[in-house]
Amino acid sequence: MNVAEFTFLVWAGSLAAGFLGALTGLGGGVVLVPLLTIFFKVDLHYAIGASLVSVIATSSGSAAAYVKEGFSNIRIGMFLEIATTFGALLGAFLTAHVPTRAIAMIFGLMLLYSAYVSRKTRARAETDRPPDPLATKLKMNSTFPDTNGIRHYNVYNVPAGFSIMFGAGALSGLLGIGSGALKVVAMDQAMKIPFKVSTTTSNFMIGVTAAASAGVYLSRGYIDPALAMPVMLGVLIGSLMGTRVLVKTKTKSLRLVFSLVIVLLGIQMLFKGLIGTI
Amino acid sequence: MNDFMSPAALRDRLQEWLDQRIEIVLAQLLRAGVLGSALVVIVGAVLYLGNHPRARVDYSTFQAQPEQLRSVHGIFDAAIQGQTAAILQLGLLLLIATPIARVLFSVFAFALEGDRMYVVFTLTVLAVLLYSLFGSFLIA
Repeated sequence: MNVAEFTFLVWAGSLAAGFLGALTGLGGGVVLVPLLTIFFKVDLHYAIGASLVSVIATSSGSAAAYVKEGFSNIRIGMFLEIATTFGALLGAFLTAHVPTRAIAMIFGLMLLYSAYVSRKTRARAETDRPPDPLATKLKMNSTFPDTNGIRHYNVYNVPAGFSIMFGAGALSGLLGIGSGALKVVAMDQAMKIPFKVSTTTSNFMIGVTAAASAGVYLSRGYIDPALAMPVMLGVLIGSLMGTRVLVKTKTKSLRLVFSLVIVLLGIQMLFKGLIGTI
Repeated sequence: MNDFMSPAALRDRLQEWLDQRIEIVLAQLLRAGVLGSALVVIVGAVLYLGNHPRARVDYSTFQAQPEQLRSVHGIFDAAIQGQTAAILQLGLLLLIATPIARVLFSVFAFALEGDRMYVVFTLTVLAVLLYSLFGSFLIA
């Protein structure tokens, strides 16, 4: 392939990944790395560097659309970012020392896990438990607009959520993905934050987390400008299109198809890591 | 406003309203940053594709990027000289800077609200981000 063909095909593939990722809420980064390594034969380190850049583009680009709805909670986000950014630094440093095969296998497992989480039904609303003292001290309890007006919510299990966030950050730094699935699990399942609040807050956090490892990737020389260019432009345009359509279409069957794609890619990555052809 | 609201509840609602306003401004800032960086990347892309569209590409083996494309200082220097790869990298660097700018502005926002605890939290996050971008080459 020559430069023009390669750039165009990577751009088109990234556009599709960004579009489907935003439309289904599963994130584009998670399919980007397998796409680049399996179909375009790109070295895993370059693929992770390019993916990380696109994660920042998606998060920052869609922030305006999310914020208007009034769900995100900056205090929860900022406090948990302490965990994710330290985790991301650790993950980014590990990338140089963990064998490529192992990274591919961890990636495969992460893909399978993301698909599993996306199929799971959500644990439902917390009844009127008394507020958690730590969460109260950290001023995390808040409100969000609901169909019946303003709804109040309390936050629980802050230490558990914080620890999961550190892990999410480390995986994000190691694999160059947003780790959105794990972030939502920490906030939704562990900390009992309402689903809409956790997804929108997570979107904000993803960009900051990715920026924490992007610096390390940049100074290591893992970010190739000519490769990251079509990936970033493709994912950015694709995800902006995806968030536009999001409200209008029913995405249930699309989510199922996209989860299947993720499972197949996960198995591919696991297999390639096992036999060492990555 | 509800007439029966206690002063404490009123203060909480005010804080939430203020948080929300800050969020909206920050989101617009982020969007402007992304658009700006995308423009720089597009300029770089036009130059790059115009330079040698028929050259062969091979990303299957990893070779670290040249030294000047690996530091903030080096990227700026090379981009000013008009090097195509550096212009692309500058666009990507601006993109990486957008969440950092968001965190920086949050420091001021929390300071304005007089929330010292969150000023400290936000400064911690900012320190990690700046270390990653400017200092992480120290440990390799």
